[in-house]
Amino acid sequence: MSAAPQVRERPSLRRLAGDSPAAVLTLVFVAIFIGTDIVNRAQGGGAFLTLKQISTTFLFAAVLGLMAAGQTLVMLTGGVDLSVATTATAGAFAVSRFGTEGSPKAILIALVIGLVIGLVNGIGVALFRVNALIMTLGISTITLGLLTVQAQKQFTSLVPNFVVTLGSGRVLTYIPYDLFVWVPIAALIILGLRYSGIGRMIYAVGDNPVAARLAGVRTWQVLLFVYAICGLLSAAAGILLVGFNNAADLGIAAPFLLPSVAAVVIGGTSIFGGLGGYAGTILGALILTVLDSLLTILNASQAVRQIIYGLIVLALAAIYARATAAE
Amino acid sequence: MTVTTAVAVPQRGGLARFVRRHGWTIGIYVLLLVLTLFWRSQTTVKWGPFDVQSLVIDALPLCFAACAQSIVIISGGIDLSVGSMMSLANVVSAKYMLHMSFDEAILFSLAVVAGAAVVGAITGLTIVVTRVADIIVTLAMLFVLGGLALAVLQVPGGGAPVRFQSLVSVDTVLTQWFPAALLILFGSFALLWLTVRRTRPGLALYAIGSNRGAAYLAGVNVKRSRILAYAYSGAFAALGGLAFTAASGLGDPNAGGIYTLNSVAAAVLGGVSLLGGVGGLIGPIAAAFVLTLVKTLMILRGVDQNYAQVIQGALIVLVVMIGGLAIRQKGKGS
Repeated sequence: MSAAPQVRERPSLRRLAGDSPAAVLTLVFVAIFIGTDIVNRAQGGGAFLTLKQISTTFLFAAVLGLMAAGQTLVMLTGGVDLSVATTATAGAFAVSRFGTEGSPKAILIALVIGLVIGLVNGIGVALFRVNALIMTLGISTITLGLLTVQAQKQFTSLVPNFVVTLGSGRVLTYIPYDLFVWVPIAALIILGLRYSGIGRMIYAVGDNPVAARLAGVRTWQVLLFVYAICGLLSAAAGILLVGFNNAADLGIAAPFLLPSVAAVVIGGTSIFGGLGGYAGTILGALILTVLDSLLTILNASQAVRQIIYGLIVLALAAIYARATAAE
Repeated sequence: MTVTTAVAVPQRGGLARFVRRHGWTIGIYVLLLVLTLFWRSQTTVKWGPFDVQSLVIDALPLCFAACAQSIVIISGGIDLSVGSMMSLANVVSAKYMLHMSFDEAILFSLAVVAGAAVVGAITGLTIVVTRVADIIVTLAMLFVLGGLALAVLQVPGGGAPVRFQSLVSVDTVLTQWFPAALLILFGSFALLWLTVRRTRPGLALYAIGSNRGAAYLAGVNVKRSRILAYAYSGAFAALGGLAFTAASGLGDPNAGGIYTLNSVAAAVLGGVSLLGGVGGLIGPIAAAFVLTLVKTLMILRGVDQNYAQVIQGALIVLVVMIGGLAIRQKGKGS
């Protein structure tokens, strides 16, 4: 045997990552889960690798998963939405503010607010060609300012029971209710991106906006659609979050901003657009959620947590960039 | 373009060319002047040197943040970690300066600026080596540096020598209309930027921002220049944090929070193109004053502080929108 065929057949991680990123991500997810289990046992906290904890991980991951869903769509077009966290906060606030008027009305108002914020972002980016980063960061500042003014006013705040159940309850002991929101949306996005016209156009615009325009795609419509959906999904995430926390405050969704971008990047969607998908993002959201549990078990202070979190995100993004660059 | 104008331009001399090239920067200074005159007419008590002083104190951290952000944007990148870097410099200085003498505090400040430049360079190095997008790396650094700031000081506290504080708050140079803070601002601008602006490394920053591929082919060391840009950003952000310490006499781990967005806004308003390669620091410094003055004016007229923030945010977005449209029109015209 010569050395040449051996080299070709060696199953390198690089190759595997390039060929099937989802498999590698699943491996990483399982590995971190087992690692957390070992750490938890070592600290005398018992097993972590239980059905209960797996169920909890999915319950936690739904909020991040929804925020990262909008982020995925936006990043596929080559943009970024830094207003997802404050939009989610706005959604959470709306639900608790209008909770006394029944949950359908409260949820509807929250979703409409999310849609409006998304549309404003979209108008800025799509029609006025404002840099996505600035537009969404600016809108985020405006939203937070308005929320602060609102929060100072006296009002009865009540999170409807339905929303609390949706955000924190489980059916059949192990199935979180919020999966009934997340799973259909996830399926819709994954299938929609692959098979629908707008899905293909999102990739086209992200890959090469000029070519897409010349091929007859109305770029501005695609961008407007993507940012509007992102606002809507962020508000939905905010509803689940306030259901879980049972109270809204101004910082409720802020810790999700970096993870929402990180989940997308870890999931293999290129920040320059046109490459990736939502399936990877879901795994990214799950990985980050377990990571968060691990940091909680390690009893890390907010400061240490933030540092470790940033570094891990950097490391994962770097590994991914290296793996895909090798192709 | 007709032949006549092409011939006429060089004959008309330097002024027309200067106005054409620096139209935006001149515009922002005119805006600053108009706003200042309006501000003067609005104040009920006698408007004087004290008002100028307080405006400079308010604007100083943002001026430095705008410089930090502008250099990175000129080089074709973006630095979302500017705010956290300011917080970190702020809490580190406030924590350790508390019992220092004035001289020690000055030396310590220089060390903080140098350290921040090193941290900035590490950010740049990370971007260059890992090839992860600058947005992701600096967003991660925003959290890492913010976490470090929180680890240094969990709640606002610390302090600075009185004389160090008066350097920014009460000292004046020659006349009472010229606050020492302005001298510090333009001094560090001249020392850090003007000395480099026209040299090889400085021009390389513009080159890589304008066209990275062409710069590489022209023999520019792209990687080294990108790292330099982030080192500059770190140094200027640290100056911003120190200015905050001197102005408030306090260290606050969340002090830098708003400066990431506002620094980008000041850069854009100051004529720095987000596409890279265009602009300078003179414009963004004026833009930082304009942004601060707008907020001062609103609070003066009794607008709620939070509404003032909302309006300021809306103005930033509007300015960027109009700026974007202007660039598009210009692009269509030529």
